[in-house]
Amino acid sequence: MPPDHNLDDYVDPYDPGHRHGGPLRVGLGGPVGSGKTALAAALCRTLGAEYDLAVVTNDIYTTEDADFLRRNAVLPDDRIEAVQTGCCPHTAIRDDITANLDAVELLESRHPGLELVLVESGGDNLTASFSYGLVDVQVFVVDVAGGDKVPRKGGPGVTASDLLVVNKTDLAPLVGADLGVMRRDADAVRGGKPTLLISLREDPAATEVAAWVRGEVRARALQSTS
Amino acid sequence: MTAALLTLADSRLPAGGHTHSGGVEQAIAAELLTDPASLALFLRRRLTTSGAVAAGLAAAACRAVDDTDVVAALAALDAEADARTPAPALRAASRQQGRGLVRVGGRAWPHPAWAALPVQPHHPLALGVAAAAGGLAPRDAAAAAAYLSVSGPATAAQRLLAMDPITVAAVTARLGPEVDAVAAAAVDGLPAAADPLLDLLAEVHTVRTDRFFAS
Repeated sequence: MPPDHNLDDYVDPYDPGHRHGGPLRVGLGGPVGSGKTALAAALCRTLGAEYDLAVVTNDIYTTEDADFLRRNAVLPDDRIEAVQTGCCPHTAIRDDITANLDAVELLESRHPGLELVLVESGGDNLTASFSYGLVDVQVFVVDVAGGDKVPRKGGPGVTASDLLVVNKTDLAPLVGADLGVMRRDADAVRGGKPTLLISLREDPAATEVAAWVRGEVRARALQSTS
Repeated sequence: MTAALLTLADSRLPAGGHTHSGGVEQAIAAELLTDPASLALFLRRRLTTSGAVAAGLAAAACRAVDDTDVVAALAALDAEADARTPAPALRAASRQQGRGLVRVGGRAWPHPAWAALPVQPHHPLALGVAAAAGGLAPRDAAAAAAYLSVSGPATAAQRLLAMDPITVAAVTARLGPEVDAVAAAAVDGLPAAADPLLDLLAEVHTVRTDRFFAS
């Protein structure tokens, strides 16, 4: 073994926790149909004028989500990168993040002033979460129509994400979901981390989520200059 | 030293290999690969062509680390890899995986030779440098390259066809002696085996919009 291989070498200048400069990377995860792409589009519309931003999509099979963002003219083509996940969206955001890192770094090199990158996962299940080697913070999106038991069921997305978003509150009366129960259950398992109950249909600007993202961008900027 | 070789050949090494099927996704679409028997045939064909080429290049890259001009030696091998990879889609796939291996290998086994590689080197070159940096010999680099030429594609077939994972493991394991033979034969040369079928599958695959895998 070469002489310089000892554990002291593992102080890593490229560890995301010590990554200086560069955009804030925000992971958007959650089950299929919960509104990840709609939220990404909303954030692009609301924050696009404030920040230099780009999006990475992880569709399971097609470029559906990337196409959605393009079709809605939310972002120009050169600010959207779609990655193939080898039949395993979960692996691509957590266990082997190579394809996503390539996409983020490509966007960063194409747009040197980038301030915010949204990494949208392919729809997965409640155990999916992003590696902090890929993102700085992560948002987990569930929806009311999936049933008000979802927060109680937990899983890393619900319990450990930096922001939990419960979307489609407008559907609560139709599906018999109790928003109070969802709020209470989420608070019980999240150890003080924030939860937002929203309806992208009623608020297409995703006002509250955008405000949270602004706070994270500011916090990262402060961290980088300190 | 064995542990470094096992690490290099481990499918869980986060180098991006899991997003590549090595032609399997398109071979399935073309109905060339449908069951364990046709999987074994496909893997053998891949092993003896692109696997042999990769093994020779990986061994040579491992050796090049000791060259007096490492940059020039690796650049020459990168050109040799291009010459042996006529399909643009396969060149891109190889360089994409090379970049991924540099990212993880450079952190796992710090070594000056990483800086001597081209920015997005062909995968076998990165593999050769990783082997050298991990204290391994050219024959180990060749073994890893030969093994990876079948292990990743086998997993892709398992996922896409929902095959019995135990059967797929058996198919891969039974190719073991052939993997060893290919690696041993390639270690002292630069095989130039070509396979127009793999080239064609890769090019057709790359223009599809409904694919799970990057290649």
